Amino acid sequence: MKARISIPAQANKGDVLEIKTLVSHPMHSGFRRDAIGALVPRDIIKVFRCEYRERVVFEAEFGPGTAANPFLSFYIRADRSGEVKFIWVDQHGEQTEQVKLLEVVDKIK
Amino acid sequence: MKRRTVIVGAAVGLAVQLVPSVLAGKLKKTVSEFYGQENITAGRVHLKTPPLAENGNSVSLVVEVDSPMTEKNYVQEIRIFADKNPVPNLASYRLSPDSGKAKVATRIRLSNSQIIVAVARMNDGTLWSGSSETIVTLAACVEPLL
Repeated sequence: MKARISIPAQANKGDVLEIKTLVSHPMHSGFRRDAIGALVPRDIIKVFRCEYRERVVFEAEFGPGTAANPFLSFYIRADRSGEVKFIWVDQHGEQTEQVKLLEVVDKIK
Repeated sequence: MKRRTVIVGAAVGLAVQLVPSVLAGKLKKTVSEFYGQENITAGRVHLKTPPLAENGNSVSLVVEVDSPMTEKNYVQEIRIFADKNPVPNLASYRLSPDSGKAKVATRIRLSNSQIIVAVARMNDGTLWSGSSETIVTLAACVEPLL
């Protein structure tokens, strides 16, 4: 799984930031057939988690009804500088993890 | 002034009545099977999907819930249902007061033209719902993978 994450590097304390994530994954629903008519077995990402300040701030559970290469946009409130961790887990338990640094500054004026 | 109040009141009443009636038939069954006897109120949840989707394999969806997202008052969970899909329970999102804003965007698959419902659970336990209808011209799951 290759993941792309968009998050501002710097933010004012208290700001609500939009985070966008995109992870490459076919998300085979288990309902589709290939060119010779054989059912393609289900293969999906089950869970996505975003951790900030050692807390889970956002969690998503996917079913086969999520489009291939799952895209998510959600929000977090900037509180203090630190790591923002992004974790995807597929149905086989395989994990992809990425960490971004967020710098929180006091509001200028 | 009085007449305006009456008109506004009537309009609000009509809107409140219209929204739950959308939750008809199988969809209502799907949602109530999930939540059991719990009471779901229409409102506070704004679900946006395109009115017409050319390809059911990737349909953009935005759900937003009216909530201040503070420690005392926040959205705990949002669930998306589409009963004409082989798996109607599309996705669920768990939020926290640290989210700051109860808004999630994603892309879903739709196997048919249908009404999609989002149900939000607040931290006080109450359930709220919103819905949106999308017409799909090319459904997901039909065409073979090449």
